[in-house]
Amino acid sequence: MMRQFDVVVVGAGPAGMSAAIGMRELGLTVLVVDEQPTPGGQIWRAVEAVAPTKIGELLGDDFRSGKEVAARFRACGACYEPHSQVWQIEPGWRVLLKQAGRAEAVFAAQVVLATGAQERPVPFPGWTLPGVLTVGAAQILLKTSHQIPSDPVWIAASGPLPILYMAQLLRAGGRIAGWIDTSPPGAWRRALPWTGVAIADAAEIGKGLGWLREIKRAGVNRIRDISHFRASGDGYLQELEYVQRSGKSTRVAASVLLVHEGVVPSIHMTQALGCTHGWNPQQLCFAPRLDEWGQTSLSGIYVSGDGAGIGGAKAACIRGEIVALGIGHRAGVMTAEAALARAAALRKKLHRLLRLRPLLDAVYRPRNDIFSPADETIVCRCEELTAGDIRRALEIAAPGANQLKAFTRAGMGPCQGRQCGYTIAHLVAAAQKKSVATVGFYRIRPPLKPLTLGELASLAIESDT
Amino acid sequence: MSVLMFEKLHVPSSSMVTLFIDGIPAQAECGESVAAVLLRQNVAASRTTPVKKSPRAPYCMMGVCFECLAVVDGVASTQSCLVTVQEGMQVERQHGRRSIAS
Repeated sequence: MMRQFDVVVVGAGPAGMSAAIGMRELGLTVLVVDEQPTPGGQIWRAVEAVAPTKIGELLGDDFRSGKEVAARFRACGACYEPHSQVWQIEPGWRVLLKQAGRAEAVFAAQVVLATGAQERPVPFPGWTLPGVLTVGAAQILLKTSHQIPSDPVWIAASGPLPILYMAQLLRAGGRIAGWIDTSPPGAWRRALPWTGVAIADAAEIGKGLGWLREIKRAGVNRIRDISHFRASGDGYLQELEYVQRSGKSTRVAASVLLVHEGVVPSIHMTQALGCTHGWNPQQLCFAPRLDEWGQTSLSGIYVSGDGAGIGGAKAACIRGEIVALGIGHRAGVMTAEAALARAAALRKKLHRLLRLRPLLDAVYRPRNDIFSPADETIVCRCEELTAGDIRRALEIAAPGANQLKAFTRAGMGPCQGRQCGYTIAHLVAAAQKKSVATVGFYRIRPPLKPLTLGELASLAIESDT
Repeated sequence: MSVLMFEKLHVPSSSMVTLFIDGIPAQAECGESVAAVLLRQNVAASRTTPVKKSPRAPYCMMGVCFECLAVVDGVASTQSCLVTVQEGMQVERQHGRRSIAS
């Protein structure tokens, strides 16, 4: 017998957990599947185990607050299955999972995609070398393995996450060789239109300034006005070279380099489903178009949390609660009036939580050269194609992103374009003198995660059961 | 030709497991990922690419880069950042193209 639920939630981060809690309160049957071993998503990775420890203390209160949400989630009565991957969703809705080497199809009347965000791909020469990682990766290593770079670490990054991680790393006794601050100059000028919001949200701004003070007090070498940088080494990272706008070039030894240029919504599932997406010019990313309840252009498919647009953990929780109300109403367990009334207060909260976002987006705009890398830079990590390879292919027949995939194999490796999709879209747009919004993203095809033939063969076909 | 990239903040006394990386025993704490353990080894690389045989090591630690692919208990192209360590687990670095048999 195929398992059947009122709702399947994909992802057990802030949004997925909050949606599940809300829907359970309405009496719906809920299955929550998640790739990770424990609930929390990326922001609250391993929060149940780590929150009460010394590491939890140095990670800070925003991290530890996830423990309470995880506890309510554990107690809410949703069927929670960690270590599970969704590799396809078919109309019906038939959610295809893999768990412990076996595939399974689960039926759901409605689906909530709470797959969150990923770090924006940041191509530069040498970014595929072992020893180059994202700042998010290093923070996950701190949360889940209490692990820090052995030698003083180099950080080439922009955004709130690197500042938070650097503060956490220093508290943990880690050392920073230098911070190449890649945020384009003129941050404060870009922030000016949002001064009012900054004053209203002084507490949040204060947190960020506090982290910056910690970094300054520790005497971290902050290098600004960067024109470009490259990593090199024989088989692994050995040297970092950065060039400042003045033309001054500096070479330093490095064993670990952490990079970050913000986060973007995970859109692979909504893209594969064929949901309508729109371009967000502030956050420079695609996001699925949603109605006021978080429903996509496909009836019964909802998106909650950072997958709907970057808003952070607190906003993700509220979005999860709003999706729960929308689904409750659609499932007929709640009247429209009741759903609207309860949603009104949540929407007010959400508005407050999101109002600082335009300022952060403006201050921490990603450096321009990630969208127009030098010819020698690998842009498709899986197929090892450089920006030059892509530009040459683009000269031949003016292909779009999908044709380019067929020409060059860009985006056809195991990551399925998760690390090159945006770079390719920008290169295509530049060659065709069109906007990225017009050019669009790769067509994403299943399986969304690697699947062995054995796993595929284990799938019970409806007629067999 | 190796460098130690990451290290643990402390050596926990209890709840350790031993796994094997290309046959060499490695200590790990219960609950951590195979990719995290790889990053503590003298050779952090988890695989070489099918195209140019370039070494790659875990990069994103959250399941989106697929650089941490390795052969885990006989299953090739396993995302090692999504696998929790188990006592006696056999991890092999994956060289080039995965074989269809495993």
